[in-house]
Amino acid sequence: MLPFLIKRLVSLCLSLVAASLVIFFVIEVVPGDPASFMLGMNAEPDTVAALRDSLGLNASIPLRYWQWVSGLLQGEFGTSYTYKVPVRELIADRIWVSLPLAALALLLSTLIAFPVGVIAAARRNSPADVSIMGVTQLGIAVPNFWFAMLLVMFFAITLRWFSAGGFPGWDAGLFAGLKALTLPAVALALPQASILARVMRSSLLDTLGEDFVRTARAKGLSQRQALWRHALRNALIPVLTIIGLQFSFLLAGAIIIENVFFLPGLGRLVFQGITQRDLIVVKSVIFLLVFAVILVTFIVDMTYAIVDPRLRRARA
Amino acid sequence: MSESPAVPKQNDAATRPGLIRVALQSPSFMVGIVLTLCFTLAALVSFVWTPFDVTQLVISDKLKTPSGLHWFGTDNFGRDIFSMVMVGARTSIAVALIAVSIGICAGVPLGLLAAARHGSLLDEVIMRTNDLVFAFPALLMAIMITAVFGPGAINAIIAIGIFNIPVFARLARGAALSLWTRDYVLAARVSGKGPARISAEHILPNITNLLIVQGTIQFSLGILAEAGLAYVGLGTQPPLPSWGRMLSDAQTMIYIAPHMAIFPGLAIVFTVLGLNLMGDGMRDIFDPKLRRAR
Repeated sequence: MLPFLIKRLVSLCLSLVAASLVIFFVIEVVPGDPASFMLGMNAEPDTVAALRDSLGLNASIPLRYWQWVSGLLQGEFGTSYTYKVPVRELIADRIWVSLPLAALALLLSTLIAFPVGVIAAARRNSPADVSIMGVTQLGIAVPNFWFAMLLVMFFAITLRWFSAGGFPGWDAGLFAGLKALTLPAVALALPQASILARVMRSSLLDTLGEDFVRTARAKGLSQRQALWRHALRNALIPVLTIIGLQFSFLLAGAIIIENVFFLPGLGRLVFQGITQRDLIVVKSVIFLLVFAVILVTFIVDMTYAIVDPRLRRARA
Repeated sequence: MSESPAVPKQNDAATRPGLIRVALQSPSFMVGIVLTLCFTLAALVSFVWTPFDVTQLVISDKLKTPSGLHWFGTDNFGRDIFSMVMVGARTSIAVALIAVSIGICAGVPLGLLAAARHGSLLDEVIMRTNDLVFAFPALLMAIMITAVFGPGAINAIIAIGIFNIPVFARLARGAALSLWTRDYVLAARVSGKGPARISAEHILPNITNLLIVQGTIQFSLGILAEAGLAYVGLGTQPPLPSWGRMLSDAQTMIYIAPHMAIFPGLAIVFTVLGLNLMGDGMRDIFDPKLRRAR
């Protein structure tokens, strides 16, 4: 286990370094002079020079990269140019909207997909299976932001059960906060649940065809018992992979959904950063999101190695 | 060759008439291809004819609900939504098609190269670079590119296209690796052909089916991604109609004119659904083993 762990840790670090290099290169090096980019075309040369100074842009590119990365290691992202506050504070405020939203969506998607996928696999080719496959095919094709708009039309405008957007803050109470996140989470979860249910079904069908399931049936278990006791556990590995991958889609998807519901999360922060040309905010938030995605992939890999010892040897 | 239409043998599906017969029997493939043809046709026809001019603002006709004259109603500037959906199909298809082409043109040669030099440093570098691009969600990539270069269809194409490269590189490498062990590749090597020629003459033709299926799926993902980017204002810019932009315009009118949000959304759903069904159908048709298993 240890060589595997070390190898994966090294590759995790390399990925993070590479990701930070890409982000730094695209945002700081490609635009030429970030200071004049941030201030726009009509800026006075003095103002640009002052901003260059305060951003430390007169240093060499490798030094600037080093300063940025060593700041990141200490949890310092720099100071936002438009808000004049540390980016760390901006992120700390908003992450408590984005993270619960992604988590709630992941939970919903898993809760929907598991039973649906199992039913479809257990009753393969039945009307239930055919209709589940049809609905999931449709679920994959629906853009989540459009589904979000339909949810607003129905549950917020027609039925008035939820508000059409905004977030009261967790200070207003857990219920109020969760209520505001419900429609966005449902909108995010639907397409992911469709994908997950399909993966669950096909993985379970594969496992049900395996010899050990036949053995279980031969020793007298019913199809249902064989499914629950033997097949399901073994079918979970591909499902875990997809759940891990979905986290990155959910985080990225949350960026758009936050804009539909005017939620003050990281997604809104990035878009405000773009319109205000606040590259420090954009750079930091993107790095944070990529970091989260790489970290989750790492955790998923580690989980496998624990669940399935064969993978440890194969990959080490 | 088997005469039984119900369970065609593998070589049966490999021949043209066999393929067409199997295709005609696959309902999901047929639905998929009909939907895809409808939207391609709408996009093509929009070049020469639309019911109304999408650039003309007729304020007196604004926010009309669907009727015999305006099938999908009109928007807040009095533009005909049906015509805009037709022109929007053009944008969506163009962006997604070019993005998939970027993925294929860059990804497939990289994947073939990595497979031909399997186990070398080059293989490792290509695959690790792919992993890195893969770790970036496409949307973040697009946001970063548009943050620096400004929003627009071209930057959306680049962002979606870059994300497609590792998808095709991985697919091509994986499929090519299994082919490199085949006897006919060995024969080609013995006869003195180099890795580049073997890749082009023997490997590529044998992975084309896989590439077409994946291309269809990436095409549908590209349409969703373009719509998402346009919706948040990072994709296609006005006055060019695009489904995503139409939805973002509709959002401000959602209380008074819900029809503005319904039709562009349905257009996206049916196009993506059509492409996915077509892709699934093609996979089943190309792979008889899979067809029997289902």
